[in-house]
Amino acid sequence: MSVRTLVNKNRLLHLGKTLRFSLHCIFRPFDGFWDLTHEGRGSIGAANIILILCVLTQVWTWTYSSFIFYWPQWEYFNLFMQILPSVVLFLTWCIANWSLTTLMDGKGKLKHIYMATAYALTPYPLIRIPMIFLSHVLTVDEVAFYMVFYNLSSYWCVLLVVCAMMMIHDFSFGKAIFTCLATIVAMMIIIFLIIMFFSLITQSFGYFISLYKEIAFRLY
Amino acid sequence: MMKEFMKKSIACLLLLITVLIPSSRAFANSTFYTYSFDYYGNELESPDAYTAEDMLIGSMMGEEVGDFVSPSGMFVRDELIYIVDTGNNRIVVVNKAFKLVRIIKSIIINGEESFFNQPTDVFVDRNGDLYICDKLNQRVIHTDKDLNFIKLYTKPVDETILEGSDFLPIKCVVDTSGRMFLMAGNVNKGFMQFDKYGNFTVYVGANQVKASLFEVIKKRLMTKEQRERMILFVPTEYSNIAIDKDNFLYATTTTFNDGDLRNNPGKVNPIRKLNSLGTDILIRNGYFYPVGDLSWGSGGDVSGASRFEDITALDNDIYMAIDRIRGRVFAYDFQGNMLYAFGGLGNKMGYFEYPSAIEHMGSDILVLDYKAGSVTRFTLTEYGDYINKALALYKEGRYDDSAEYWEKVLHLNGNYDLAYIGIGRALLRKGEYAEAMKYFKSKIDINNYSKAFQQYRKIWVEENIGYLVGGFIVLLILPKVVRLIRKLIKGGAASNERKNSGQ
Repeated sequence: MSVRTLVNKNRLLHLGKTLRFSLHCIFRPFDGFWDLTHEGRGSIGAANIILILCVLTQVWTWTYSSFIFYWPQWEYFNLFMQILPSVVLFLTWCIANWSLTTLMDGKGKLKHIYMATAYALTPYPLIRIPMIFLSHVLTVDEVAFYMVFYNLSSYWCVLLVVCAMMMIHDFSFGKAIFTCLATIVAMMIIIFLIIMFFSLITQSFGYFISLYKEIAFRLY
Repeated sequence: MMKEFMKKSIACLLLLITVLIPSSRAFANSTFYTYSFDYYGNELESPDAYTAEDMLIGSMMGEEVGDFVSPSGMFVRDELIYIVDTGNNRIVVVNKAFKLVRIIKSIIINGEESFFNQPTDVFVDRNGDLYICDKLNQRVIHTDKDLNFIKLYTKPVDETILEGSDFLPIKCVVDTSGRMFLMAGNVNKGFMQFDKYGNFTVYVGANQVKASLFEVIKKRLMTKEQRERMILFVPTEYSNIAIDKDNFLYATTTTFNDGDLRNNPGKVNPIRKLNSLGTDILIRNGYFYPVGDLSWGSGGDVSGASRFEDITALDNDIYMAIDRIRGRVFAYDFQGNMLYAFGGLGNKMGYFEYPSAIEHMGSDILVLDYKAGSVTRFTLTEYGDYINKALALYKEGRYDDSAEYWEKVLHLNGNYDLAYIGIGRALLRKGEYAEAMKYFKSKIDINNYSKAFQQYRKIWVEENIGYLVGGFIVLLILPKVVRLIRKLIKGGAASNERKNSGQ
């Protein structure tokens, strides 16, 4: 793949267009999410960019916010462990949702779920990045202002996710809510299985290592 | 293709394993003698605020006195130290220089000599009157300063007290009006209060027992036998009591679970300051609640939270409690900030085996050791003196003078958070907000930082109001101007372009 094809003007234009469509989506979610998948007005590339922006927003919030709101103990601060949970949760959401909705006559493919969920997260960087600047002009008595925007960004994202589920799977509102809740349960099961799997693996590793040590001690 | 996929997935698996393996954060148990906490609860070594200067062992006063056996109480009034030598059924009075003054073994009551049986505590009021908790004789004896018998406090007749139970006075204090607050064994309703004629009046400082919803449901589901087998849910029993110069009671308790203290330090409150109604009025504005040690790393046979055996309130409202688990003295100021902790378990001077009482004489601290049968005297160092002076000046509202002493403290200990905050406060009062913000930020004092920042912001806005208004107007006008210019330059072309694109 040469540089020319990678930075193709048409591709860039398409990316910009699909990225701009996210702004349409968050203000007109029903139309927006329908067109996103059915009219092909979204792209995986734009979804990736939104996701990366979300992660970067998290990083910037920790590093650049006023210390009144965030005061991490930098000696023990692990950026990787801050980012990992949200990325893992996002991917688990997509997988859990796909596994459920395929059983429940959902129309969306895994690609659609990924794209729509990422588009639904657009308000997060959109609101949280200005909040980093806001944090530098507020005192501790004015935390309420900060919390208004904080909550606004969260609730907006949640609403958009529900709308996205309705539109891409062609569900009714009640069914969309139900699948969202069921997806959360499914996510918990997936995480539980993963943790169990790894703890079992570490234990079996430990078993073989101790077995090896025992043999080594006996022989020498 | 397949091979590469396998390789990649194995690499991913290994990465995930390294991430998911739980790593435990080890807390180093401190090995320094004196330390203080930073914002995050780390123990930071600090210069000694108190040093052990002198130690008294019973046999040092001669053969006829002999060693103390299980001394469990001590009291200091003016220059005299009263040591309750429980195992020898006597009270030994020594002076400031640790020279014997007298030994009290008995009191003449109604012409008969009455000996003590396992006395546990003594209180001496400002006139020199003695109140002696004579535990196994089930009485508290009140005498004047020449040991002339005045009255007895015995088991009160009251419907709240079981008739068959023993009356075991353990610790007592008396306020300036003659009311006595008695901590007795078998009593879990708080302190017993007696009026000045020796009549029982009321219980003070009992904890209300509140069953949580979960406990109520649990109890409903249990059978009668199970319920009876359950440990009785009783309010706190106190471990000791002290009274300060303003007649406030300081009480300590050791009956709690480590887990409760970890999760809910504000509910357990191992140190309490009670007013005459028995309400806890201790101020807890520090980084942490006054609970003693914050990290409970176990070493040897030592583990778990601090358990305060005794407390004393100095005249400058600093209170010091002694932890029997690790043998450490914890000092807190009147705002609940931890000032310093010192001591440890051991046989050397300045270390304890099982501390049972702490008292102060002026600024000196005296600690009684139950197992070693010794009294250790600690004196204030230069460092401790600076802290005391800085706190006293701060309390008077003389922030600038206080900051001078905080500077001196910082010269001796650059890790002392309170000193930075104290200097920051002085700067805040002087109006040097930017400088004050630096000090508060360095020690994560968010409230004070906000106060300084609010003023800083106000001044900044006042100075730059012109630019702010100008910028705002520009922001409003700019889009219109841009549109106008575009129209002027492109003329009809701009509108044509829009038409042709068809959107």
